[in-house]
Amino acid sequence: MSGLERSGQNASSRFSIDFKALGPFLALVLLFILGTSINDAFLSSGNLSNIFTRSAFIGIIAVGATFVITAGGIDLSVGSMAAFISGAMIVVMNGLVETLGPGLETVLIGVVLSIVLGIGAGAINGLVSTKGKIEAFIVTLGTMGIYRSLVTYMADGGTLSLDFEIRGTYRPVYYGDLLGIPVPVLVFLAVAVAGYVLLNMTPFGRKCFAIGSNEQVARYSAIHVDRVKTMTYVIQGICVSVATIIYVPRLGSASSSTGVLWELEAIAAVIIGGTMLKGGYGRIWGTVIGAIMLTTIGNILNLTDAISNYLNGAVQGLIIIVAVFLQRGDWRRKKSK
Amino acid sequence: MKTFTKFLGAACIMGLGLASGSAMAQEKIKIGVSIPAATHGWAGGLNYHAAEAEKRIEAAYPNIDVIIATAKGATEQANDLEDLVSVQNIDALVVLPFESDPLTVPVQQVKQAGKFVTVVDRGLSLPGIEDVYVAGNNPELGRVSGEYIKKRLDGKGKIVILRGIPTVVDEERVEGFLKEIEGSDIEVLDMKHANWNRDDGYEVMQDFLSRFPKIDAVWAQDDDITLGVIEAIKQADRTDEMFIVGGAGMKDIIKRVMDGDKLTPIDVLYPPSMIATAMDITVLKFVSNGAVEGRYILGATVVTEENAKNFYFPDSPF
Repeated sequence: MSGLERSGQNASSRFSIDFKALGPFLALVLLFILGTSINDAFLSSGNLSNIFTRSAFIGIIAVGATFVITAGGIDLSVGSMAAFISGAMIVVMNGLVETLGPGLETVLIGVVLSIVLGIGAGAINGLVSTKGKIEAFIVTLGTMGIYRSLVTYMADGGTLSLDFEIRGTYRPVYYGDLLGIPVPVLVFLAVAVAGYVLLNMTPFGRKCFAIGSNEQVARYSAIHVDRVKTMTYVIQGICVSVATIIYVPRLGSASSSTGVLWELEAIAAVIIGGTMLKGGYGRIWGTVIGAIMLTTIGNILNLTDAISNYLNGAVQGLIIIVAVFLQRGDWRRKKSK
Repeated sequence: MKTFTKFLGAACIMGLGLASGSAMAQEKIKIGVSIPAATHGWAGGLNYHAAEAEKRIEAAYPNIDVIIATAKGATEQANDLEDLVSVQNIDALVVLPFESDPLTVPVQQVKQAGKFVTVVDRGLSLPGIEDVYVAGNNPELGRVSGEYIKKRLDGKGKIVILRGIPTVVDEERVEGFLKEIEGSDIEVLDMKHANWNRDDGYEVMQDFLSRFPKIDAVWAQDDDITLGVIEAIKQADRTDEMFIVGGAGMKDIIKRVMDGDKLTPIDVLYPPSMIATAMDITVLKFVSNGAVEGRYILGATVVTEENAKNFYFPDSPF
């Protein structure tokens, strides 16, 4: 909140801020009521755990996207990056089975590789767009195509499958739980808390806000704009690799269809959560709610046969627009005052 | 300036003349192959088998040149067809249309340019354009799957269906299936699109499992979906309750059938290697005195534990 005020957003009254923060949450509650009324099975613990676990991939990636978008950037390459990192992890781990065996070391090497690739890929996006002075949209559109092709190439156009023995070792990372809470949900929570602290309680977070609202002013205020922006892409890369680390043990495979359109889902989650697409203002918890909302819509549509399958996309689109409208409604009112 | 342009034009024409002259000298027969890019598992298999067939054909017949073009969408494929005719000057075309309707006229134009045309898998919307048609049998795939499920369940039970990407292929399979189980006491609890995708298959099946307390069988229609369904059922710990019927012939699933996995007792073939069949038939047009024109429909073979080893290709990516 302090970041919000310092970055000079027109937050005139404390009350309206609270309302705005509540917006996505209210929309989610409405969605849950809708779900329950459609099918009793919706509120069963199994189904709820499915929803939260599923949200974890998009959610973790969207936490990273919140940084990038807050600082006025955009990253379209995350879905392809996730597919590429999954593919690379699988290839390397399969290759290590013969020398290291299917034990913990192999999995750990895979995990480290994933983080290194994530940081590297993020740094490429960041450096090329800042140092190369190319719009992030174009840079990440380019890398999106590059990563997608690389995974297709690695898989010979088919599917890369993780060795079955490694799957046994690696499986708990997705299917395991701690005190009844699935591991992916815990990881999601940890990433969200870390993201919240970094964005709202550190100088780095405030710099993101400042750059996103006015890059020139930020530059004159002695902020290393290029460095901070590059860092946001690196954070995005790390988030993608964390999401990949819990994605790979789910089905143990990667192909050219892995992670298709994840970038748009992540961006949608961020915007539904109240972050502004043009930058300057970001909210991590909103993003978390946004990601859960997107998954919930899909889940509800699967629980009913009242709506034609062919219209699923239309319902999803409608709910997203309405959710954002509800939230922006108070923006307009405030401005007219 | 003007003279320079003229000179350039003349040089170009000469160059073209030379190029076509050298092509004439070699007298290579060019076969263009236009297929969708590897956007999902089955299409990946398609690309693999097309590339394998290219190597094999070019090694066997030095006078034949195979040119493969992959497209990510119908528009791109239409452009590819134009390039194959005008730039590559092909003698024959093997095409697996992305979609039937938008590609009917582009393929017709290739035919009107006097090329030999082989259409694979998805038929064109107008009759009489292609010389050869090679396809798997979609309605039959649905029918055979329905027949097996009906027999296994003694004509009575509750099933769920995971459909593919909404296309003619998916439509035909589902129609064939529903027609076959018509009149029996098999109840279809619900059908949802899982888009021939593992992740979607996993999520749709998870939701089916939380929604329906009792499911006797799953028709997944495609092996990518099947893999997602298997994980979802395992996670819910309901492996003993139901079985899955997939389709296509992915090596992972064939392996499971071969090993006698109770969850996947059979698989129904819809082989991506049909592109190689089509390429071979097209080559025969130029190297054999046998007649090749006509329609070739591959069977929807049921793969069981007994015959699975005949359909297991560990090196294929699919």
